[in-house]
Amino acid sequence: MEEKEIKKEELIPIFIMGKRYEVPSTLTIQKAMEYAGYQLIRGCGCRGGICGACATVYRFPGSYKIEVGLACQTLVQPNMYLTQIPFFPAPKSIYDIERIKPSIETLVKYYPELLRCLQCNTCTKSCPMEIEVMDYIAAAMRGDITRLAELSFDCIMCGLCTARCPAEICQYNIAILGRRLYGKYIAPKAEHLASMVKRIEEGRYESMLRELMDSDEETLKKLYTAREIEPDQADEYWTPKDKTYL
Amino acid sequence: MPYTHELKELIKRVEATRHLRIEKKRKGEEFPLLSLKEREEILRKFHPDFIEGTRREIRVGPNKGYSIPHEYVDILEAKSRVNPDLVDLTKIAYETDVLIIGGGGAGTAAALTAQEQGVKVLIATKLRHGDANTMMAEGGIQAASKEEKDSPYYHYLDVMGGGHFKNVPELVYTLVTEAPKVIQWLENLGCMFTKFPDGRLKSLHGGGTSRKRMHYAADITGAEIMRTLRDEARNRAEDIKVIEFSPAVELILNEHGHCAGAILYNLETEEYFIVKAKAVIMATGGSGRLHIQNYMTTNHYGATGDGLVMGYRAGVRLCFLHTVQYHPTGAVFPEQAEGLLITEKFRGAGANVLNIDGEQFVNEREPRDVESAAFIRECLERKKGIPTPTGKVGVWLDSPMIDIIWGEGTIRREFPGKYLLFKRFGIDISKEPMLVYPTLHYQNGGLEYNSRCETSIPGFFAAGEVTGGVHGENRLMGNSLLDVCVFGRIAGFNAAIYAKEKAKDGRLTLDHVRKYHKELEEAGIITQRVSPMLLPDYTNPSVRERQLTSHYVGTLR
Repeated sequence: MEEKEIKKEELIPIFIMGKRYEVPSTLTIQKAMEYAGYQLIRGCGCRGGICGACATVYRFPGSYKIEVGLACQTLVQPNMYLTQIPFFPAPKSIYDIERIKPSIETLVKYYPELLRCLQCNTCTKSCPMEIEVMDYIAAAMRGDITRLAELSFDCIMCGLCTARCPAEICQYNIAILGRRLYGKYIAPKAEHLASMVKRIEEGRYESMLRELMDSDEETLKKLYTAREIEPDQADEYWTPKDKTYL
Repeated sequence: MPYTHELKELIKRVEATRHLRIEKKRKGEEFPLLSLKEREEILRKFHPDFIEGTRREIRVGPNKGYSIPHEYVDILEAKSRVNPDLVDLTKIAYETDVLIIGGGGAGTAAALTAQEQGVKVLIATKLRHGDANTMMAEGGIQAASKEEKDSPYYHYLDVMGGGHFKNVPELVYTLVTEAPKVIQWLENLGCMFTKFPDGRLKSLHGGGTSRKRMHYAADITGAEIMRTLRDEARNRAEDIKVIEFSPAVELILNEHGHCAGAILYNLETEEYFIVKAKAVIMATGGSGRLHIQNYMTTNHYGATGDGLVMGYRAGVRLCFLHTVQYHPTGAVFPEQAEGLLITEKFRGAGANVLNIDGEQFVNEREPRDVESAAFIRECLERKKGIPTPTGKVGVWLDSPMIDIIWGEGTIRREFPGKYLLFKRFGIDISKEPMLVYPTLHYQNGGLEYNSRCETSIPGFFAAGEVTGGVHGENRLMGNSLLDVCVFGRIAGFNAAIYAKEKAKDGRLTLDHVRKYHKELEEAGIITQRVSPMLLPDYTNPSVRERQLTSHYVGTLR
């Protein structure tokens, strides 16, 4: 278990919501809070830097600077004083993805506050994923949905940008609207999917699949061993020799 | 923490063989794959499932006599969190058509298809909506989508081979034939899959695949799917209500023996609430946080096997829980990243795995159980693992090969999540290899169900990692995101139809819990354990000793 892996080593002081605890210097903020005795309910999710549950802000004594990080990804440092922001109120507009258009009008209709951006860049400085948040907001203001989607792709929706925005914009909800518009309307469609779905619905594979389902283990093993493997380095348009089961 | 001087010296051995290995790869000369017989041998000798003394027979319930890991038995041979005699089932807090327990990929997909049938849906979830293993799945989602080279026939064979031919055929049939439809559905919802300029989906191999059919959204495929499904569910908030931080702790049946709701526990106010529903879908996911055999895990904080406990107490059989999936490549360095998932996509893109001498010892694309067993053999038997400063051991995953083969910048572009994560620790994975070792990853088995997602209890459906059968004894990469989408959608649809057409109202009861308690008593099981566990407890033991009046019984073992 994780706690058993903590060895006797150097303890350093950190201040959780202003209160002093001594914790091993090798821990992340998240594990340090647990070490100190917190049973986390809020502010802990995937523990792997992707779910956005553990946004944390901290400062060091004598420094004006506000630091940000994910508690599960950020190492403790001596004398940091911190708090988690497990939730921050943020508007989420309701839309019907089937009926909206990938346009600047859509973005502004659902998130009119978008146009309040002051270009102060606080959002970008607050992003633990190093996303150019202000740049994607600028792209949104220009109606460049492709750029909005690309720049915001790594967003984990932790809410730190939104918590600090002086223009009261909810960047991450604008970003997901942009990405969905891009994915649905702007990115070229995967035509081969429709073709394969049609083949399946027409029953092309039905009898061969039923045959497999009725086969005993030995027969399956033979078929499995004999199947032709697409070479690792094959290009996109490689085709197998045996086309019987395609 | 960057690599230590000692590790940097060892990396030179990896670099020394890299050029030749890349030459070979370019010529199509791969490290030979193991035969089925060789796979069997290496698994029996080195896979954690086969270690003596790590399992025991469960003494109560419908699977009495079934031998499964101690950690599962511990949560099954435990009392309910509630005393059935103290619960007033007439005080109904929420009433809905379909109750979905779990707000991950399967639960959310189910909510969408149920809502489309015109029913009211309530999702009860332990943490936030979307806090789930789905969010963490990185590498991709399988579907035979390219007719010139692939078909559901080959997908079926691959799934069966990965699962040791023990999988339930009808479930596999459903998985592989629904797969292309599901990708299309996700594309229509606006998921940003990685594509060629003409829209054709990019695809890679995974361990045990015969064709490149792993579709992906960079290296955050699960997050992209989860956040899209969640956004869509939020757009339908009129019909889909979500209650967060309120895990279910017990199912409620009715006098007809049908499933009719659940008891929720508000983690923050510590209140219990009754939900009455016409149909219930169990979608609680997996159980990595049980730390089977003390393995570190890639799993979400909430993955504590709650659905197994609730379903089993109500009388649903379990299957395939005798096997557990260890993902071959969990990070072992730096210490802060220990246990973190390093996606199989690295190996799919061509990265070799190497021992301390920089030599290959296994093909990088064996099925996960075989690959893991080979790592364990290399480290424990052959003693050719790489020791870490914290006393662990691992093997190299030679990620820099990917940039050399596919062009500089590939790692940054295709693996942005991992690139950034390691960069924070001072390691550039496009230049330096990663140290990895098997880590607890997936619950292969679970509740028994059929391809309509029905269980043995009328009105009780199940989908996703909490179920067992579709993956047999070992799941292949890219089939879990597929599983949650395919069976989540089916569960939602069928539960909605059931709620509209078949559900029969009746008096609510917890008699199954009383009966289970009695069975525990009769089997002579005297224990303080309560389950579901809900959350793991990582509190420092000396602190826990002083927590005298803690009444949060999340983790009593």
